[in-house]
Amino acid sequence: MNYFDHLAFGIYPYIAFAVMLIGSWIRYDREQYSWKTSSSQLLEKKELRRGSIPFHIGILAILGGHAVGLLTPAEVWHVLGISASFKQMIAMGVGGFFGLICLYGLVILLKRRLTNPRVRASSNPMDIALLWLLLAQLLLGLTSIFVSAGHMDGSEMLKLMAWAQNTVTFDSAEAVAAMQGVHWIFKAHIVLGMTLFVVFPFSRLVHMLSVPLQYIRRPHQIVRQRFVR
Amino acid sequence: MKVRAQIGMVLNLDKCIGCHTCSITCKNVWTSREGVEYAWFNNVETKPGIGFPKEWENQQKWHGGWTKNASGELELKIGGKRRVLANIFANPDLPEIDDYYEPFDFDYQHLHTAKDSQHQPVARPRSLISGQRMEKIEWGPNWEEILGTEFEKRKKDQNFNDVVQKDIYGQFEKTFMMYLPRLCEHCLNPACVAACPSGAVYKREEDGIVLIDQDKCRGWRMCVSACPYKKIYYNWKTGKSEKCTFCFPRIEAGQPTVCSETCVGRIRYLGVLLYDADKIAAAASVANEQDLYQAQLDIFLNPNDPKVIAAARAEGISDNWIKAAQQSPVYMMAMDWKIALPLHPEYRTLPMVWYVPPLSPIQSAVQAGHVGMNGEIPDLKSLRIPLKYLANLLTAGDEKPVVRALERMIAMRAFKRSQQVDGVEDLAVLQQVGLTAHQVEEMYRYMALANYEDRFVIPTSHRAYAENAYDLKSSCGFSFGNGCGDGNNGVNLFGSKAKGVRQVIPVELKD
Repeated sequence: MNYFDHLAFGIYPYIAFAVMLIGSWIRYDREQYSWKTSSSQLLEKKELRRGSIPFHIGILAILGGHAVGLLTPAEVWHVLGISASFKQMIAMGVGGFFGLICLYGLVILLKRRLTNPRVRASSNPMDIALLWLLLAQLLLGLTSIFVSAGHMDGSEMLKLMAWAQNTVTFDSAEAVAAMQGVHWIFKAHIVLGMTLFVVFPFSRLVHMLSVPLQYIRRPHQIVRQRFVR
Repeated sequence: MKVRAQIGMVLNLDKCIGCHTCSITCKNVWTSREGVEYAWFNNVETKPGIGFPKEWENQQKWHGGWTKNASGELELKIGGKRRVLANIFANPDLPEIDDYYEPFDFDYQHLHTAKDSQHQPVARPRSLISGQRMEKIEWGPNWEEILGTEFEKRKKDQNFNDVVQKDIYGQFEKTFMMYLPRLCEHCLNPACVAACPSGAVYKREEDGIVLIDQDKCRGWRMCVSACPYKKIYYNWKTGKSEKCTFCFPRIEAGQPTVCSETCVGRIRYLGVLLYDADKIAAAASVANEQDLYQAQLDIFLNPNDPKVIAAARAEGISDNWIKAAQQSPVYMMAMDWKIALPLHPEYRTLPMVWYVPPLSPIQSAVQAGHVGMNGEIPDLKSLRIPLKYLANLLTAGDEKPVVRALERMIAMRAFKRSQQVDGVEDLAVLQQVGLTAHQVEEMYRYMALANYEDRFVIPTSHRAYAENAYDLKSSCGFSFGNGCGDGNNGVNLFGSKAKGVRQVIPVELKD
């Protein structure tokens, strides 16, 4: 276990989560006015629709897949009768499918943000940096499919699952140990993923915490009293 | 009966001269900021025309307002709640900036810095969004001013639907025009409120003003699409939607809105209306669109009825509000005289900014004997503005209320003319339109003289009782949420560009 592995896979995840949690908390508490989707659809509509919809569908599916795939204990899969190699195949297929959908949308969005003069001029440096970060992360993820194809037994995937599960149970020594011998693509993917958590509270990513599901249940009209009598 | 009060507005289009003072003063107060340069909480359109934003009345295109779904229930035209959420990644019904116009400024500095040359220097336009040169300005906030642009384009005006032989109004001799000042309607059944996924848009119970909570707004943009009047504007700089506030800080202090205060034609009226909140849903969902006008009238409550007064007091409406409701010019024009009509009631939002339809030149034709008479009153079919056009604008196509309003205004003029010029009281003309001499004198007082105190009857909201002034000590007053900050700081930690002056051409000093 070298110094870098310990920092990247044992300590950095906790720093990243802490920054995300506390940062989002402070921003929500103190900077509500800045809490928004930052949509640029008003300035450009056609490309946004072509890009945004596949991007969001893809990335939500990928996020959900990662959460379920990484955090469900191996024993559960075993009970369900799903072998590691079969699970890896599913992950590669489904992940690859939605990854490509996401990539299609993301490339359109990035091109739009860089080349449309209106969108470009109204972009923050963070808006642009975020798209590059997501692109890099997505490409790493898609590339890892080819690495996985080299060994279909699911052993590499089990290591990654062990890392994730040991991390969330605060067993960082085990987590770091699990990462030994994992291909560098996966390592880079994890470090960049943790970096996205760090960036989260400082970017428009916070809008995903405001998914307006309560809209379904609320009455159409809202009447507020200025002063409670 | 659940009595609620609202400050309503009436605009007397018969007196609007299209000077845009309302728009400019509103702009100076509310939207002279980066991100809303293109937004006009109040704008004045020349009709017929497609308006601002382009074709805002075409709900086949924009899907604004409400519709009745297959099971007869009221539903947003942009879709039910599930469809609204399904479209959250990209709103299919959102206008683009070009549907309003690309905001621009001119390189005025160039006029100061230009070198000696054979030709006069010109200040060329530049986009306020991208900062790039605009070779040609294609559209603006008031592009159709006084019948600007060709009739072929203006003909798309939805109010021309069912107007017979609309093409003849493109001819020079037959053409007509009128002004239509527009602002947020502060509806009783607002579609924007219903469409907001975050629940940030709300109607105030005390005065009915519809506002957007800038802290709660997340920028999902559904309100922009849902509003059939297209009076919610997305601020591309702050990422939040903004709308006409009905100048609520002024209203609370008993002052008229800026647009009303500065109206040189004295066309605007502000007054309290009491209404029954329990009846809103039923009124908004009557089957026939042409019944919506009457259905809305039926919601309004008579402020002199003792039962209504008792119910209003029980709801906590204070006596000065009830007294204001009894003197409300809006109530008189909408309910007593029935000369004010809602704008596009067919959108089913129950709008609360109403309009007195404009008369159009007829008197000289009457005197020359070119116009047939209907009893004491000239035949309204001879008016330059087709009745059907006004009916499409104000009563979902039903001409009867428009005819009644116009005839009453003509009768008022005929009565006052005979009274002032001939020294006789022509009661026959009043009988024909169902008005008493007393009513006409009141109409004359309110519409012709239009004194300040008669036009604006606004009760104050007694902040001093409701709020502890000591708690307000050293607070920020009006701000864009977020306490005293605007979400931007020097460190840029939360990612917003620092505000700055966009200096387009560097200043060059020359002796």
